[in-house]
This record gives sequence, structure tokens and C-alpha cells, in this order.
Amino acid sequence: MSNSTESAAVEAPAKKPVSRKDMTRLQWTLKEMKTNKVGYFMVAPFMIVFLAFTVVPVVLSIVLSFTDFNMLQFPNFVFLDNYIRLFLDDDLFITAITNTLIFAVITGPTSYFLSLFIAWFINELSPKIRALVTLVFYAPSIGGNVYLVWGTLFSSDSYGWVNGWLLNWGLIDEPILWFYDADYAMPLCIVVALWTSLGTAFLSFIAGLQGISKSYYEAAAVDGIRNRWQELWYVTLPVMKPQLMFGAVLAITGSFGFGGIVTALCGFPSVDYCCWTIVHHLEDYGGQRWEVGYSSTIAVLLFAMEIGANMLVQKLLSKVGQ
Amino acid sequence: MAKKLRTRGHKVVLNRSRGGDAGITVFLVIMGVFMFLPMLYVLLQSVKPLDELWMYPPRFYVINPTLSNFSDLFSLMSDSWVPFSRYIFNTVFISVAGTFGNLVFASLAAYALAKLHFPGRDFMFNIVVRSLMFTSTVTSVCVFIIMSWLGWIDTYLAVIVPSFGYTLGLYLMKQFMETNVADEILESARLDGASELYAFWAIAMPMVKPAWLTLIIYCFQGLWNSGSSIYIYSEQLKSLNYAISQITAGGIARAGASAAATVIMMAVPILVFVVSQSNIIETMGSSGMKD
Repeated sequence: MSNSTESAAVEAPAKKPVSRKDMTRLQWTLKEMKTNKVGYFMVAPFMIVFLAFTVVPVVLSIVLSFTDFNMLQFPNFVFLDNYIRLFLDDDLFITAITNTLIFAVITGPTSYFLSLFIAWFINELSPKIRALVTLVFYAPSIGGNVYLVWGTLFSSDSYGWVNGWLLNWGLIDEPILWFYDADYAMPLCIVVALWTSLGTAFLSFIAGLQGISKSYYEAAAVDGIRNRWQELWYVTLPVMKPQLMFGAVLAITGSFGFGGIVTALCGFPSVDYCCWTIVHHLEDYGGQRWEVGYSSTIAVLLFAMEIGANMLVQKLLSKVGQ
Repeated sequence: MAKKLRTRGHKVVLNRSRGGDAGITVFLVIMGVFMFLPMLYVLLQSVKPLDELWMYPPRFYVINPTLSNFSDLFSLMSDSWVPFSRYIFNTVFISVAGTFGNLVFASLAAYALAKLHFPGRDFMFNIVVRSLMFTSTVTSVCVFIIMSWLGWIDTYLAVIVPSFGYTLGLYLMKQFMETNVADEILESARLDGASELYAFWAIAMPMVKPAWLTLIIYCFQGLWNSGSSIYIYSEQLKSLNYAISQITAGGIARAGASAAATVIMMAVPILVFVVSQSNIIETMGSSGMKD
């Protein structure tokens, strides 16, 4: 018995001249890299483009955020000056960060739960009706700049649909400026953002729900699940946790990157900077004033906020169904 | 246990109260109206004659529908400074070239990341996943610097090449290959002497057609909807979306033409989605993120 295992142990190295244990970690890695070099050739084209236009820019932003680079002169290292200026000497940035957080905290979770609950509610419809309903909910997010219709509905003159009716019913005496009124612009932009937010995450949830086997629900009913909410928490959500994670990533990215809709509907800048977000601040310093060092600092903070929010949410999601 | 089981049609349904069903239906109808009415409004605006567009009080529906807004849009187009066909060519060329490159690059990489084992593979994929976690605005200024180093500012390359490295496509393709291409099939092909490229092209790719389609649609949609780019300032290289937004920026006088333009621009992606919905949903089935 012991003899045969020994001979196997002796024979094995004969086939494979070196086993992993005979090498240092580095040697083994190099050997693995050599035998699988086709893998590197296959990822190389994508990775080169990805490195050049995503990874390098992120690293470059971090480096430049400690300099006073302005595209013309050779950059000087200024240590934390940009960060200090951002927080102590730039009131508009405080407005931007506050607005971004308000937008993100409201639109992120709301769009996420809307996607999830609508996907869950329509899951039991017949396939044809479900496809139609999916289209109705998903269409605003892919319709290009169709969200501009909100600018027509809430146009600031009396021909705008909402103003027209409010005037006609005698509820107001003169047109409300809506997107050009600091009191209304922000809530309206949030509504528009939510209107366009049932996107990829929504489709991912629909697919995740479709993939759950019926037998789970039957077993759960036998085990004492008494209503649809218990079923959701104890069966559905734990099974589709990977989709929940994916959806969360997209919801966070979307809610922090919010800015394009505001520019299109409220102008740049919005009235009294009422909807000024970090994205706008970044465009202003990066794209218009070419203060690259300073705008890199803004970019780094936005990056850190998004990654931080993602880590936090992934942690929360790991508690689902427990 | 003598409780009678509820049925819908002929199917038994477990754990579904009638009250819950009613509440959900009401919620869905309200949300559906909220989502659909603005879309319907654009459609109606685009076929309203001038006197109905400027009616007081405004009317939601249309009495004498007309296609004159669409013909107005085309006559406005023919007045543009650069021939309008040039904008159409730019958008089509950029969308097709960018999508094709993304399909080739991302599928190759997705296959390697899903089905081959090599040091650094998981690290690479993790970085790709991280890149989904922040907005592209973060990198826009530094990408501009890199573009100017490369001398690509104001060329098609500045828009086309970055889209080759579009990560959502790679992510969806890799996840889909992982669940839908069996390792055993690839292994037996390798034993028969197939090269890795052959296994990729002749075995794996035909099995992941829904993922191709999804990648194509996502990439195409993104490029199709792209407006003015900060990398391009020559009028001859600008996109259709930019041109249309310039035409319709004429304010009140062009409200009808503007609605017509919006309808045309949104019709393309929505129609594409209608035809490909089942494939996209199938791809999304494996879109989940494992810890």
C-alpha cells in the first residue's frame, strides 16, 4: 500500500519535471506565465486601451492633484494646497459637494428600489405583457435626450403645459420659472433623474428574478413562509444577491455622476448655483479654466466618494436575508 | 391546513394575497403612467400643427395631426453649414467602428478572463469591475491630456479608440461565458489539437450570441447618443446628435421640429431594444457580481 503511493510520488515528477513545491513563488509564476502566454495575448488589446484611457488617467489625476499643472507651465509640486483650497477656500465646492450628496442619497436608493420592486412586481405577469411593461419602464433611459421633454412640460412661460394649466385653473397668477427657479429646480431634476433611472440594473433584476427556480418558492411555502414579503426577504433576495450587487454598482455610479441632465435643463450654471454638483465644478475648472491640478483634486475626491459609497453598500448588501 | 389554495387562471399561487395583488397593480399603473406620459407627450408634440403647439390653455392630445414638423426638420437640416449627410456619416462611422472594435477586443479579453488561467487574471478582472464604480467624468481631464500627447485631438480616433476599452461590455461577456460555455467542451477541443484562438472563435463565440448582441447594442447606443465631445472641435467631424441639438436650440419657433428630432433620435435605440429584448434579458441573467 505504502509502496504504491511512493512509486506514484516518484513517477509524478518524472512526467512533470518540476512540481510547484520545488520552485520559489516567483519561478512558479514565471513558468505559469510562459505556459499560458496566449491568455496575455488575448487580453492585451483590450487591456492596453483600458490602461491608456481609464487606469492611467486615474493615476495621473492622483499625481496631478498634488501639483499646480495648468497645461502651459511645467507642474510644481504643491503638496496638499489644492485639497486645502478646496475645503477652506472654495465656497462653491461646498455647495457642489452638498448638492451631489443630496442627489446621490435621494436618487441612488430610490432608483435602486424602484428598479427592484418594479422588476419584482412585473415578474409574475405573462411573458408578453411583461415584455411590454418592461419596454414602457425602460424606454426613458435609452431614449437619447428625450428627457428634454420635461423642459417643455415645465417650460417657464405660459405655453408650458404645467404652467398653462395652473394659470387656467387660477392656482397661480404668473408662470412659475420651474427649472430656472432655485426652489423648484432641484426637486424637478431629481424627478427627471428618477424618470431616466430604470436602466441596466432594472434589466439585470428582471433577469435575476426570472432565473429563480419555482421549486425554491414551493419549498419555502412548505417551510412556513406565509406571505410575499417573507418570500422576498428569505428566498428571492438571497438567491439574486449577485444581481443586487451589480445593480448597486450601477445605481451609485449613476447617482454620483449626475450633472448632464441639470446642464441640459437648467443651464450652466444653474440659477444661483442651486443645482451645482461636483461634476459641474469639475467641468468648470477642468474643461473651461484648464486648472488641471485643481480639477484633478476634484476628480480624486469624486472618485474616492464613489468607491467609498460602493464599498459601504456592498457591505450592507452582504447582510441581505440574514 | 385545510386552507384553500388561491389560483390565477389554472395555476396555483402560493403566498399571494388578493389585497397585495390589488395594491401592486395600482402602484404599477401609477408608475407606468408617470413613465409613459412624457414619452407620449413628445410623440404628440411632434405631430401637432403650429396653431395647436401654441394653444392656450395647452392641450395634451392632438386634433389635426400633421407630419409638417418632420419635413420642417429636414429643410432645417439642408440649411446647415456642413452638409447634413456629413453628420450622419460621422455618427454612423464612429458607432460602427467603435462597436466593432469593442466587440473584438472585449470578446477576446472576456474569453481569456473567463476560461484561461494565468497569473494576474483575477487582478485584471477586479480592476475592470472597479472601473464600473466611477463616472467617466473623473478621468475626462486626464484623458484629454493623453489625447493631446497622442496627437488625437480633433480626429475620429479620439472618439473611436477609447470605446474599444468599454468595460461594461467586457464584464457582461465574461460573466456570460463563465456560465454558458462549459469547460469540458473547450478541454476536449484542446485535446483534439485546437488552438486557443480556434476554441475561442469556433466554439465559445457561437455559444454566446446573446452576449454579442447585448454588447453591440450597449456600445452602439452609447456612441449613437453621444453629443458634442470635448475632443472634437471641427464642425465636419461632429455627431448627428450635436447637429440636431444645434438645430433645435432655436427655442419657441422650432418646438415642433425639436420634438420631431427627439422622436427620430429615440426611435432608433427603442426599436433596437424591442427586437432584442429577450437576448438582452438572457445576457443579464449572468450579470451578477459574485463576492
